[in-house]
Amino acid sequence: MQGQSDKMVQLLTPEGVRVEHDDFEFTGTTEDLTGFLRDMVMARRFDTEATALQRHGELGLWPPVLGQEASQVGSARALLGHDVVFPTYREHAVAMCLGVPMSQILGLFRGCDAGEWEMLERFRNYQIIIGSQTLHATGYAMGLQYDGMVGNPDPADNAMVVAYHGDGASSQGDVNESYVFAASYNAPVVFFCQNNQYAISEPIALQSRIPLFQRAQGFGFPGIQVDGNDVLAVHATSEWAFNRARNGEGPAFIEAFTYRMGAHTTSDDPSKYRRDAETEEWRGRDPIARLTTYLRNEGAVDDAFLSALDAEAKDYGASIRASIATLTDKTMDEQFRTVYAEESVALEEQRREYADYLATFEENA
Amino acid sequence: MSETLTLAKALNRGLRRALQADPKVLLAGEDIGKLGGVFRITENLQAEFGENRVIDSPLAESGIVGTAVGLAMRGYRPVVEIQFDGFVFPGFDQIVTQVAKLHARTSGRVKMPMVIRIPYGGGVGAIEHHSESPEGYFVHTPGLKVVTCSSPNDAYWMIQQAISSDDPVVFLEPKRRYHAKGQVNFSARPQPMHQAGVLRHGTDLTVLAYGPMVRTCLDAAELAAEEGVSLEVIDLRTLSPIDWVTITASVRRTRRAIVVHEAQRTLGVGAEIAARLHKDLFYVMESPVLRVTGYDTPYPPSKIEDEFLPSVDRIMDAVDASLAY
Repeated sequence: MQGQSDKMVQLLTPEGVRVEHDDFEFTGTTEDLTGFLRDMVMARRFDTEATALQRHGELGLWPPVLGQEASQVGSARALLGHDVVFPTYREHAVAMCLGVPMSQILGLFRGCDAGEWEMLERFRNYQIIIGSQTLHATGYAMGLQYDGMVGNPDPADNAMVVAYHGDGASSQGDVNESYVFAASYNAPVVFFCQNNQYAISEPIALQSRIPLFQRAQGFGFPGIQVDGNDVLAVHATSEWAFNRARNGEGPAFIEAFTYRMGAHTTSDDPSKYRRDAETEEWRGRDPIARLTTYLRNEGAVDDAFLSALDAEAKDYGASIRASIATLTDKTMDEQFRTVYAEESVALEEQRREYADYLATFEENA
Repeated sequence: MSETLTLAKALNRGLRRALQADPKVLLAGEDIGKLGGVFRITENLQAEFGENRVIDSPLAESGIVGTAVGLAMRGYRPVVEIQFDGFVFPGFDQIVTQVAKLHARTSGRVKMPMVIRIPYGGGVGAIEHHSESPEGYFVHTPGLKVVTCSSPNDAYWMIQQAISSDDPVVFLEPKRRYHAKGQVNFSARPQPMHQAGVLRHGTDLTVLAYGPMVRTCLDAAELAAEEGVSLEVIDLRTLSPIDWVTITASVRRTRRAIVVHEAQRTLGVGAEIAARLHKDLFYVMESPVLRVTGYDTPYPPSKIEDEFLPSVDRIMDAVDASLAY
């Protein structure tokens, strides 16, 4: 596989077999792993429902997370209470793990609002401009540092920031600038790059001639590549990088080597630029299948557990479909009123102009 | 209590006072620490407030603005310095797609109390990209506020008002007036930031200007007075929002208006003012709003910049044309 390093960290093979690694081990319990399986199954169900909602005209667009569940669940489950996430527009499974009300994520793609969910302090706004959020994450991390929330003896007093970005973003100026700023100020930020092999149609080889994780060294902080479809390895490497950042040891870069099983968005047609054989090969590395196999072999889950989980996912899917009806559209009045924090006389004039225009319809009615 | 200061020194004092008043205020930019900035606006501030409050940034304007977004999200009030007008464009994306929109797109859940300081304008014999007037781009962008000072007193107060604003403010500093001196009154209640100022009262025609052109227009008014023509000179001060109340009150009286700015003409601030005055005062005005501006060329090499920039003579020509209507 192009771009895959022989140093890639893997703790669970695609066949569902645990393997040892010299530097990393999964610190959680089998119970934790069962929880991760549940997270991934629910995230996939949410994603399936959202894709279907787009097909039914309920959403304008949907960017599926299909295939990347382990990268997102493994990293999100390594977050602690004060940590803050700066996502792209595809971190649905991270949002779910943090407890963001998922119908609110749909609001952005339905066109009800521009993404203003509860918990915005913890799980920041989705970012459409590729890579912009990496600078925001770095600035926020500098702020944590100035606030003395790094390197304290009690780990509960510490915090860090995760900047999610993709392989395409690695070509953006902002992303490279964020690496420079993070390194220069030793900011507590971890760049978590999901290399899902494609930026819409463009393969990773167009963005980078070397494996992405090797770039980190040039910026002066450690970079590692992890099997992004292995939730154990993702969790272990995330825990390591996150702890370093919280302890004041500075930024780190994780390249989660994964695959976008679906389209870039519901407007995309992957058959134009990638072979079915390739997608099939990656299907053999599915993150949910391998963890299920492992837990089954361990005796941690059985048919009864899995069918109960399946039923739970179906109910969850139904609740997501139903939640669409609860979303409300932002009004033009709110649009006028929320441009500025402080009153703007000039804009207030336009707001009244529009209100007067609307009023002409009421008079005629 | 007042003191005579240069505009540059007044900004320095205003920044110092803002840093003293609020521990959340941070300054960031290229060379602003040890060096005190290429124009020395932040001189001695790092020594007084430390490297975590007066931050030397890597040489990347998008990085400076983008990290300031994150700092603002964390509760800080970052004041970033763009070294020269022509260097703002690498940071333009962060300013228009992020800084300007975050409040609206989160329906007010995220505030962006950020100030982006930009020394701007020409007339200093500089090499290319050091003499530009980019205000039009920012005025055209919803979510930003845009102000510019023309005197040391305004510099001292307006920078503090911009910093205490909960909205992002593009703060344009007229670099060719940095060394102009004036009285700064530290105790009098300052004029509100989003209000224009009538600097000279007149009866025949209103001259609307801002930033570096205010001095030029006052000189023109002096000359006109010798010729028996009474010009009212208004310093706009705030370009977004524009203070229509002050402007229309003046033009309603004088019934003639000229807008003067260094920035290129097409779709500049003057165009908006002309459109507005024609809408509001169509039956009052004796002549169309005239514009005296930079031409629609790139800013020229410095040997010929005086031909590009509005001058007292060009302003006087416009006055004659307006009065002859």
